[in-house]
Amino acid sequence: MPQLEIQIIAVVTALACALPGAFLVLRRVSMLSDAISHAILPGIVLAFFLTEDLNSPLLILGAAVTGVITAGLIEALNRTGRVREDAAIGLVFPVLFSIGVILIARYAGGVHLDIDAVLLGELAFAPFDRIVIGGRDLGPKALWVMGSVLLVNTAFITTLYKELKLSTFDPPLAAALGFSPVLLHYLLMGAVSVTAVGAFDAVGSILVVALVVGPPATAYLLTDSLARLLLLSAAIGTLAALVGYWASHLADASIAGSMATVVGIFFFLAYLFAPQQGVIAAIRRARGHRRRFAQQMLLVHLLHHEDTPEASRECQPEHLQEHLRWNEEIAGIAIKSSLRDRLVVSRGGLLHLTSEGREIAREAMVA
Amino acid sequence: MNGTAIEVRDLTVAYRDTPVLWDVDLDLPAGVLMAIVGPNGAGKTTLIKAILGLVEPAAGLVLVNGSPYRSERRAVAYVPQRGSVDWDFPTSVLDVVMMGMYGRLGWLRRPGKAEREAGMQALEKVAMADFAGRQISQLSGGQQQRVFLARALAQDASIYLMDEPFQGVDATTERAIVVLLQELRSQGNTVAVVHHDLQTVPEYFDWVLLLNVRRIAAGTVAEAFTDENLRATYGGRVPYLRGTSAEPPPEPFRLDRASGLE
Repeated sequence: MPQLEIQIIAVVTALACALPGAFLVLRRVSMLSDAISHAILPGIVLAFFLTEDLNSPLLILGAAVTGVITAGLIEALNRTGRVREDAAIGLVFPVLFSIGVILIARYAGGVHLDIDAVLLGELAFAPFDRIVIGGRDLGPKALWVMGSVLLVNTAFITTLYKELKLSTFDPPLAAALGFSPVLLHYLLMGAVSVTAVGAFDAVGSILVVALVVGPPATAYLLTDSLARLLLLSAAIGTLAALVGYWASHLADASIAGSMATVVGIFFFLAYLFAPQQGVIAAIRRARGHRRRFAQQMLLVHLLHHEDTPEASRECQPEHLQEHLRWNEEIAGIAIKSSLRDRLVVSRGGLLHLTSEGREIAREAMVA
Repeated sequence: MNGTAIEVRDLTVAYRDTPVLWDVDLDLPAGVLMAIVGPNGAGKTTLIKAILGLVEPAAGLVLVNGSPYRSERRAVAYVPQRGSVDWDFPTSVLDVVMMGMYGRLGWLRRPGKAEREAGMQALEKVAMADFAGRQISQLSGGQQQRVFLARALAQDASIYLMDEPFQGVDATTERAIVVLLQELRSQGNTVAVVHHDLQTVPEYFDWVLLLNVRRIAAGTVAEAFTDENLRATYGGRVPYLRGTSAEPPPEPFRLDRASGLE
């Protein structure tokens, strides 16, 4: 039972992270998720001082507000023109995170607000923190929290899909048409903050970053439609959560750690094998071009010397290397692939064009 | 439609205390096709952005059809510089064109069948209908420019502000775009275009604004596009002195004929 619950929590968290993550990746501000997931700590701590209750929903609100403030500070620093955005991120969030750490160390030493847990989380313990009302067990708290976050994120992105898309692709046009890109930016940052604070307890802030950035970055390599990118990010996140869980089970390792690793492996696989944008596809395309070009050169050469007196010399496979100054490899590729595609036939030690080969040679010369 | 389409009064825009536009005035009559020319850094793009409320003026006033831009958003279509967006964004040509209609839809309402059809019509006008489903990263520079143009057409406005619509476009496509702009004007629309090629100003446009941080001159091409004003705009280094040879006007190309040559 706890096993199943852990997997459900992991999947719900992965889904909740992937949705706003897709827009962060497309806006090229992925690292804001890193900043926000750390910088929310002082917000949580301050809200805890106010409520003195670790289960209060005010903690989430406090964190969300801190997250939006973090994004605002980074933006303000960025706008001074004195530092670039990456440096602004690096300047803002360590300060806020440290304030949180100091507050805990100084005033909340006896409370269960554990820095290790903030960074790494512990999914394995999530099923033990349950919501019990009137003696009835309603399930793990983390599931309720992340389920709500997922609902909020889904509602946010489906209702404002068109606005988010436009303001991500072309912010000036969005502004000119009256859709405030600034408002949308901060709504998105609010969603990321709520997601980060909801998730950090269960999975820790490192996995939050992995789940926010990894699945959308992977999906980006696999599709060229925004709607499919969102769905694919969700699917990849889900798969990474499940595979990561069972990998940790087999290896007896940290669940969050192996999930983050699997996210990385998925990205690497997509980077290599993506049908259009993958490295291997690119290599195959380049090879295909080279082979086609070599084929064309061979066909054009044969066409030129077809039915001429020197055909018996020019159309010998051995002669091609010397005459076209091809190396053995390329000549071999051109001849073999042309024979295979039935563009040429070999008769009496000479290569002859077939009618298809002749046609391709003529086309190649026109183009 | 007569009257003033765009009225700019005493407009000053500064980036961190450096003025990029100084006290600019402009009365753009409705129904003209105007070139905005000036050297690099003259504030041409900033002027367009200020009219659209995208940059905050340090001083001055902009009126569109006699009202602040906020209440006249629907009247204005905008073609930003081609390089201002990420062409690797996962979306299709038709999708980008339909973005032009988002303003009319307003918040929350989704584009539907009517918008798809209007988007296809706009694409047909720039001879890009065959590319509707294409991912935008697969387009050439000229095709990108035509998609942006189609998006502006889909906005169905009466005033068109275009930032370098001829940038990275081959000669054939440029002619076709010009024909399209002149059609917009003959339908009573107002078109203002940031333009770099001084040679083609008299041929393409009927109005011109010469800008170099300050407004140097504005008016009909015959009035304002003088050697003296050009020297004042470009600081003596006029890249073009108006030739005397009267070239016959080239035959206008249509996009539908030109598209095959891209």
